[in-house]
Amino acid sequence: MELDYINLASAKAKGQRPYFFDDPAVERVLNITMAVAGELAVMHERLDTIERLLEYKGLLSRNEIDAFVPDDTAAEQRQRWHAEYIARILRIVQQEMEALAHPELNQDVAEIAEQMASM
Amino acid sequence: MSSQLPPVWSKIARHEMLPETTHDERARFNFLANLNKFLSASVSPGNKIAYERRVRPRFKQQHGRDFQTRDEVRQAMKTDPHYQTWSALRRSAMEMRQQAGRSLTLRQAYVLAAKAQQLSARQPHTLRLDPSVKPPPYLAAVDNHLMPGSYHTELIEGDVSAAANYDAGLFVTTGGMLGRLNDGGGKAIAKWLRETHPDFQPKHILDIGCGLGHNVLPIAQAYPNAKVIAIDTGAPMLRYGHARAQALGVHNVVFMQMDAAKTTFEDESFDWIQTTMFLHETAGKAIYDIMREIHRLLKPGGLTLHIEQPQYTPDMDLYEQFIRDWDAFYNNEPFWSKMHDIDPLELMTSAGFKAEHFMQIGVRAVNDLDDGKAKTDEPEDHGRTPVWNVFGAWKK
Ligand SMILES: C[S@@+](CC[C@H](N)C(=O)[O-])C[C@H]1O[C@@H](n2cnc3c(N)ncnc32)[C@H](O)[C@@H]1O
Repeated sequence: MELDYINLASAKAKGQRPYFFDDPAVERVLNITMAVAGELAVMHERLDTIERLLEYKGLLSRNEIDAFVPDDTAAEQRQRWHAEYIARILRIVQQEMEALAHPELNQDVAEIAEQMASM
Repeated sequence: MSSQLPPVWSKIARHEMLPETTHDERARFNFLANLNKFLSASVSPGNKIAYERRVRPRFKQQHGRDFQTRDEVRQAMKTDPHYQTWSALRRSAMEMRQQAGRSLTLRQAYVLAAKAQQLSARQPHTLRLDPSVKPPPYLAAVDNHLMPGSYHTELIEGDVSAAANYDAGLFVTTGGMLGRLNDGGGKAIAKWLRETHPDFQPKHILDIGCGLGHNVLPIAQAYPNAKVIAIDTGAPMLRYGHARAQALGVHNVVFMQMDAAKTTFEDESFDWIQTTMFLHETAGKAIYDIMREIHRLLKPGGLTLHIEQPQYTPDMDLYEQFIRDWDAFYNNEPFWSKMHDIDPLELMTSAGFKAEHFMQIGVRAVNDLDDGKAKTDEPEDHGRTPVWNVFGAWKK
C-alpha cells in the first residue's frame, strides 16, 4: 500500500477558505506566486550549500554542469521532483477543487462558531 | 535589519521520533519562518497605520461616532487594501506551512509509524489507547489551524503523521520562540510553580489536551517523583507523544486516550491539573463541562492552571482585540473569539471553585535559544507570542 503523499500534502483543511481580495483570482495568483517565491528561496539555499562545499573542496567546473545528461535513475528522480514541485505551487487550485467536490467539508467557519455554543 | 532573524530549522532539538528532513525541506521551513517573521514585524504594523489614518476616520465620518465593537473594526478593516494583502499573505503562509510539513511527514508515514511502535515498546504500559473514544464534535467540525485531518485522522494503521507534522512545523510557526523542544510554556509554568510554591509537591498530575506532550514533559521532569497522566482524544498525538517521551528519556508520563469532559478517573484523583493552549480549541458548552470535571478530579488543596493568550477585557483596545482575533476567522480557530471573551473568574466559580482562591498571572516562555538579543520593542506576532495569561484556582 502507498500513500498518495503528493496530493495529500496539499489537501485543504475542513472549513471554508476566506478570500481577502475583491477578486479571488488575485488571491489565487498571489498564492501561486508565494509558493514559487518559496521554492526559489529553497533553490537558492541549496545552491549556496553547493557553492560553499565546492569552494571548500577546491573543485568547480561550469562546463561539466552544462554537459551533464542524467542516466535513467537520475531522470526518473528529476521528473518526480517536478511532479512534487508543481503540486506544491498549485496547492490553491487543488483546494478549490476539493471545496467544490466536498461542500459538506466546506462549511462557513463563522457558522460553525455559532454551532459551537451547543456542542 | 529591523528585527531579529528566526533560528534556522536545524536548531530544533533532535530526538529519535522527529521526522527525517532533506536539505530542501529544511530550506522550505527556513523560508517560511522568515516569511512569518517578515509579515509580523514588517507588514502587520501597517494595519495599525491604515486603521488610524484611513479606516477609523472614515468610519467616524460615516457614523458620527467611533467604533464600539471589534466586529465593527473587522468589518471596516476588511475593505482596506493593506489589511487584505497582509491577511492574504498570512493565510497563504499558514497553508504553505501545512503543505511543507505534510509533504515531508506523509512521504515517510510508514517509517514513522514503525519507529513510534519500536520506541513505545520500551515501556508499552504507559500508552493506553481506547478506540471507543471519538473526537469531540467541535474538533470534527473544522480542521483547527488549517491542519488537514486535525489531530485525530489516521491515514494508515498506527498513524503518527498528524503529530509528526505538528512537531516539525511548530518551530516554524513560532519562529523558535518556544525553544528547541517547543516546550517553553511547560518549562515556564513548572519554574513558576516551584519558585512561588516550593512547598507544593504534587504526587498526581493530570495534563488535559496534551497533544504530543510538548509541555507536559518539562512538568514531569520538574516533578520526577510525580505520577503524570496526559490525556487527549487524538490517537496519532498520543502514539507520537509517548514514543517521543521514551526517546527523550521521560518515563513518568502515562498517555491515555480520553475525552476531558467525561474522564473515567475517580473523584479527587489529582493534586495538579494543567491545560496548555487547550481551552481555546474546545467549545461553548464543553469548556464548562471540562472545568466542572477538573473540579471533581482535584483533591482538596489541589491546583489547576490554564495557559492561554490574553483574554479580551473591556479595557483592551478594540484594535488590539481585532488583530488578536484574526486566527479565529482566518486560521480556523472558531472558538478563539468566544473563549477570549469569557471571564475566567466566572468560568472557574461556575465550576465550583471559590472566588477567593482564583488567580491570574502573566508568564513568558522559557527559551533555550534566547541569547538575550531579542529586542523588547519588536512588534509582536499577535495571537502567537509566547507571553501568556495563566489563570486558575486552588481547590479549598
Ligand atoms: C493545541 S493542542 C494542545 C497542545 C498541548 N497542550 C501542548 O501544550 O503542546 C489541543 C489538543 O487538545 C485535544 N483536545 C481537544 N478537545 C479535547 C477533549 N475534549 N479531550 C481531550 N483532548 C482534547 C486535541 O486533540 C489537541 O491535541
